[in-house]
Amino acid sequence: MRKLVTVGLSGIIAGPVLTGASLAADMKVTIEVPKLDVAEYHRPYVAAWIENADGGVAANLSVWYEFKKENHKGNKWLKDMRQWWRRAGRELDMPVDGLSSATRPAGKHPIDFSSSAPPLAELKPGEYELVVEAAREVGGRELVRIPFKWPAAEAFSGSAQGKDELGVVALEIKP
Amino acid sequence: MKTSLKWLVVPFCVSLAMPASAHRAWLLPSATVLSDTGSWITVDAAVSDSLFYFEHVPMRLTGVGAEPAGRERGAKGAPAATGATKREARAAQQPGAAGAPGGDARRRPPSQQLAIFAPDGSNIAPQNGAIGKFRSTFDIPLEKAGTYKLAVVGGGLTASYTLKGEKKRWRGTAETFKTEIPADAEDVKVTEQQRRLETFVTAGKPSKDVLKPTGKGLELDPVTHPNDLFAGEAAKFRLLIDGKPAAGARLTVVPGGIRYRDSINEMNATSDADGFVSVTWPEAGMYWMEAVVEDDNAQMPNAKRRATYAATLEVMKP
Repeated sequence: MRKLVTVGLSGIIAGPVLTGASLAADMKVTIEVPKLDVAEYHRPYVAAWIENADGGVAANLSVWYEFKKENHKGNKWLKDMRQWWRRAGRELDMPVDGLSSATRPAGKHPIDFSSSAPPLAELKPGEYELVVEAAREVGGRELVRIPFKWPAAEAFSGSAQGKDELGVVALEIKP
Repeated sequence: MKTSLKWLVVPFCVSLAMPASAHRAWLLPSATVLSDTGSWITVDAAVSDSLFYFEHVPMRLTGVGAEPAGRERGAKGAPAATGATKREARAAQQPGAAGAPGGDARRRPPSQQLAIFAPDGSNIAPQNGAIGKFRSTFDIPLEKAGTYKLAVVGGGLTASYTLKGEKKRWRGTAETFKTEIPADAEDVKVTEQQRRLETFVTAGKPSKDVLKPTGKGLELDPVTHPNDLFAGEAAKFRLLIDGKPAAGARLTVVPGGIRYRDSINEMNATSDADGFVSVTWPEAGMYWMEAVVEDDNAQMPNAKRRATYAATLEVMKP
């Protein structure tokens, strides 16, 4: 009985969020945090960025981590997002405004970006990959990629399915 | 049976009197890549056969721990820490004291100098140091952003000679050489040992200030940063001897975890004319890398030099 009520509620909440997001988004990245049945669960740290053809970072999109812990104690696990740490994280002085935000619970989380605002405003036309990396304390680490062209000539949608630490990661671009 | 075997083995060890050179000496940091300042690492230091397992002797380092009391061979359990044994422990920690003639100390290599360099080049002291049966251990607070270097630098002399038709081996310093080699010794061959052992740890963004060579002995001049190593990628290093490119240096790279595999899996390479050498890491993990140069550039006349550089390097998974 209780379960049914919860499912119904989350359905109602999800509705308006999705409608609101579709208004003016040039790029929408949706990251699913999977529900895991483990003895000790901590929400994953998740980083999303745009990679150049040469592996360099073209734009940092988002970093979810425990950025509000006192004395930056949450920084400790940032390096566990190994690839992000090597490509971008170690060059940054976290937290960074507009990039850092709190960890998310299990579920799908859309993030919208506009081509007229940072970080996309400076993104030059070309071939890129969206990279999403997740690392969980006392858990594993996973990275998925979605190749795309910027700017898109027509509506683009791509997705990648994580196995352990990530669910579906989706990318939608509107011209 | 057991007793007779012991008597066969012991004189052999004493005559060699250089246990360290038959094994691998290493520093093992608990982590080499850390997110932020305010982190700590702990480091194990040991001499062992198998990497990176504590199964032989601790590496004795100046400023790290006090010598445990009652270390004599065959001593059953440590005696209570009386005032006298505490004093002995402190005395044994003094540089040079461990090299005093007679007893167990005679057999044991003297404490080696440990230096810890912060990213700005300043020297910091090890904390919570202790010496155990198999390893020494100490902690380092990483208060500054960048790359730290841990270096153990040592040296000494080894010699072989013939005395009244009998082959002898000796180990000591330039000072003790004058008094301990008998005047009627024949066929005296002296080798000057120069050792450097390092490892690197980075908090935040890797920096390069501590990587500058000193110009003494065999050193690593990294082209690839030693805290930026990844499986499947080639790392390039330059070896320098007395600050100049070391051509033809022999390099050995051994992955850790030897206990759980059949072969050592060591990789060998030789530095080119400009001292460059490249290593491609087959997988992620801790590696022990050693380079050796043997030449005639000893400070002592008519002596050979054997200079070694060893580093513990962590290779990350990409």
